[in-house]
Amino acid sequence: MKLHQISVFVQNEAGSLAKYLRVLADGGVNIHTLTLADTRDFGILRMILREWELARELLEKAGAVVKVTEVYAIHVPHRPGGLADVTDLLLEAKVSIEYMYAYNLRKEGSAVMVFCFDQPEPALAALAKVGLTPVEPAILFGSPPSTC
Amino acid sequence: MNQHHWNDSECLFLPASAPDFLPIPQLRSLQLQRLRATVKRCYEHVALFRSRMEAKGLTPADIRTLDDIRLLPFTEKSDLRDTYPFGLFASPMSDIVRLHASSGTTGKPIVVAYTQNDIDVWKNVIQRTFACAGVGRGDIIQNAYGYGLFTGGLGVHYGAEALGATVIPVSGGNTDRQLMLMRDFGITVICCTPTYFLHIIDHAEKIGVDIRKLPLRAGFFGAESWTEEMRKRIEEMAGIKAYDIYGLSEIIGPGVGAESKSQDGLHIFEDHFFPEIVDPKTGESLPDGEEGELVLSTLSKEAMPILRYRTHDITSILTSPSGCGRTIRRIHRINRRSDDMFIIRGVNVFPSQIETAILQIEDTLPHYLIILTRKDNLDQITIQVEVTEKYFSDKISELQSLRQRLAHAVEQIIGIRAELQLVEPRTLARSEGKLARVSDRRQSNPN
Repeated sequence: MKLHQISVFVQNEAGSLAKYLRVLADGGVNIHTLTLADTRDFGILRMILREWELARELLEKAGAVVKVTEVYAIHVPHRPGGLADVTDLLLEAKVSIEYMYAYNLRKEGSAVMVFCFDQPEPALAALAKVGLTPVEPAILFGSPPSTC
Repeated sequence: MNQHHWNDSECLFLPASAPDFLPIPQLRSLQLQRLRATVKRCYEHVALFRSRMEAKGLTPADIRTLDDIRLLPFTEKSDLRDTYPFGLFASPMSDIVRLHASSGTTGKPIVVAYTQNDIDVWKNVIQRTFACAGVGRGDIIQNAYGYGLFTGGLGVHYGAEALGATVIPVSGGNTDRQLMLMRDFGITVICCTPTYFLHIIDHAEKIGVDIRKLPLRAGFFGAESWTEEMRKRIEEMAGIKAYDIYGLSEIIGPGVGAESKSQDGLHIFEDHFFPEIVDPKTGESLPDGEEGELVLSTLSKEAMPILRYRTHDITSILTSPSGCGRTIRRIHRINRRSDDMFIIRGVNVFPSQIETAILQIEDTLPHYLIILTRKDNLDQITIQVEVTEKYFSDKISELQSLRQRLAHAVEQIIGIRAELQLVEPRTLARSEGKLARVSDRRQSNPN
């Protein structure tokens, strides 16, 4: 199942990140996982939140530029070569990974990685062949799933 | 009036527009008569004008021809500030029926005054502004210029009423409501700043309203400079005709000049406002057709006549006859200001050139700021561009590519490599809807 990732443009300047995190905090929205991609001038804050629609609304109200991207959380075997096997599979399927990051959850010998694929369908098909399927929201968020 | 050449059928029934079609000799003689009266009024009632004329050894009797206007001293914006609040008034307060004032973001505000006659002239030139584009009785005008101390709102309002059109005094802001009224009231004409209208277009797209399907047919955009590229985009995206209008509070407010349906330059209502072009550096008069700074003198203002006001707007007086048959002269649309121009590594650059470059890459003009610094005795130019939702990607490579394309477009146009920075929305300073376009920090950090 796909996840709705919230991405926010963040200026590389003191207080930029804090401003948006405070907006989410004040709105009572919990961030389940986040990663910050940064360059010299700017960064992109990528977040997975259960209440992604509320988060988008709050951030936009606070003046942020927000983008919602479809990403996938996949269990990856937690052993040497676990991730390398996955990337090999994707290479074979001629699918590119736009970016990926670790999800803040580890379970029964596997880690969870969040992937953004250029072509989600062949990527998921290739992964499904070896039994790797997207993680259900109930597991990611630890309570009844939301709409996503 | 039978001897006039009427080419605009709609104007036959609009006597307010009659002066637009005066035969040239008649127009010039009217101007001279009014100029002499204005100079006399300034000399007799305004200490600043009198002392400046005396310093040049001039009396009102020295103004015998229209060309003699060149003998008169210039008036600068600083003169309006220095005489704050009422120092340039030529009428007693008992004859003044209204005051307007600027926001005063760069110091003390400037105050402008109107007698009842001035208000009537203002109504007349606004009627002519609308008539230029064939707008009249039966039109429903959404006036989204700010109401209040700013001249835009009330100036347009009373002129539109005098025209016989229906006016909706919505003022600026609250874009949802603007769109609701536009749709529910069957608005045919909108008046606002061009950047605000672009914002309305964006917002309409976001909430699923197609402006092209609404009765809206024309927009009058002024109070800031805009470009042909912006006109094209507005006309395509909203399915309307976009007209440029020109005005400034120091002279009267909106209603100094306007485009006609031919969209071939802005007619100056020169029976009330006399235009000249001068060299911005030397102040020397330039002939019609040459580019320079627009200088305006009021010809009929009572409460606050102004002689040879330096607008700092760069334009030229067009010499070809207009397609619409009006005899009053036209100026080229203004998209540069002499005080906005900056020199970097010996090259003259105008913010409008940067805008043209950005518009080659992005659909609408985002807010931007040009920052000039000096490093190791070399001038550097940095352009900060606010990221908009439309061009934000959550992939670093795409944002880098956007940045490079913008930088490349700027370099192609100004011939100098510029550092381009993407910044968060609403981080660049704004004042009354107008933007500070250039921040010159070369003096403050000489290293």
